[in-house]
Amino acid sequence: MIWDIDLHRVLLHEGSRFELAVRFASDAPRLVLYGPSGSGKTQTLKMIAGIARPDSGRVAVAGRTLFDSVAGARLPPQARRLGCVFQDYALFPHLSVRQNIAFGRRRGLLNPSAAPRDEAVERWIAAFHLEAVSAHLPHQLSGGQRQRTALARALVNAPSALLLDEPFAALDKSLRQRLRDELKDLQAQLRLPMLLITHDDDDLRLLSDQVVHLQAGKVVQDPATAEAALVG
Amino acid sequence: MEGAWVALALTLKVALWATALNGVLGVAIGYAMARWRFPGRELLDAVFTLPMVMPPTVLGYYLLVLIGSHGPIGAWLIQHLGIRLIFTWQGAVIAATVVAFPLVFKGARAAFETVDAQLEQAARTLGIHELGVFFRVSLPLAWRGILAGLLLAFARALGEFGATLMVAGSIPGRTQTLSIAVYEAVQAGQDDVANFLVGLTSITCIAVLLSAGRLVPGRVAPRDA
Repeated sequence: MIWDIDLHRVLLHEGSRFELAVRFASDAPRLVLYGPSGSGKTQTLKMIAGIARPDSGRVAVAGRTLFDSVAGARLPPQARRLGCVFQDYALFPHLSVRQNIAFGRRRGLLNPSAAPRDEAVERWIAAFHLEAVSAHLPHQLSGGQRQRTALARALVNAPSALLLDEPFAALDKSLRQRLRDELKDLQAQLRLPMLLITHDDDDLRLLSDQVVHLQAGKVVQDPATAEAALVG
Repeated sequence: MEGAWVALALTLKVALWATALNGVLGVAIGYAMARWRFPGRELLDAVFTLPMVMPPTVLGYYLLVLIGSHGPIGAWLIQHLGIRLIFTWQGAVIAATVVAFPLVFKGARAAFETVDAQLEQAARTLGIHELGVFFRVSLPLAWRGILAGLLLAFARALGEFGATLMVAGSIPGRTQTLSIAVYEAVQAGQDDVANFLVGLTSITCIAVLLSAGRLVPGRVAPRDA
């Protein structure tokens, strides 16, 4: 089983109560988590990545148990070896493209050097056609370049799976189409399990082997029901 | 007049030490308060901000009670380490540190709160441990606000009077800082000495402000738009 997820958390925020109970298991290498905003998609992704804490449950990805509240196991995000691409990419604004990509390759208290030093980093810079902007800061990049930088930064660490939070939401339509194809090819090449969050039908159609529909913090079993709920 | 130069050197030494101590304490506590949620956090914040609103003489009195030779900390220091803080320049450093602390702490907390927590989370998913996240992401992005706080703290420590007088007294050449020397000169009717000290203090303050203006913009990494 590639994805074995069972998460439970009650969120209390200014008097309102949101209960998240997401449970799915799948062998799909490209799994899409689909639902309207506020359905708990991002929370689910953050709990899988280990940067949000569920009250209870279990997370296993590609055969590794990352969290198990019954067994008392909880790997910190540093040890989960999951590549994350955040919704607005979360590039480090004070570091160049090269330093961003090399970030996880250098441990310790200092940021990676601005000079090209790391072969793997240079390989990803070339693979994503970022050579010309490798010394640029994130705010100098186009949307597509930011997305590629974020992808390269996650992939250079050789993660065991890739988690993407609405990776195309910040891009215009024509670019979205091209980058979708890129991501699809990349996933096929690397054979890397991929979990993608979206509320875009096109992502769903083009990038998923299987879909998990999320609605108000729960998995909706029948997609037709989910559609009805979306319309209503 | 050479006494004035001694006072200036002492004042700078005390202010630099106080700023350095706050650079560690104020930044660390500011970070903790910005990132950790616990009950009583705002109450603790108020306690840490107290030195900004309390009269310096009251602070000096509290310090005397704590680090004086009969105080809980002072007695322990004398007994175990043989260190006496009252009426020493180190005592003046402690007084200046406490008085200037809120300026660094407040500035650092506000600066850390503007750093997008998602950037820190991204660093964690890339395998970087907490201390690395702090030094490689949080601190560089909060640096501008922290530097502003440190400069204010340095200026505040330079001019410290009340708490320093209570804790360190006014021993010429040992604990008599510029602002205390001015007071003593005026009390003694030495107008020429007072004039010279006041001129010296003013020039020092202008020099600090000018170098602060040069230091702040160029040293900071641009923020993401």
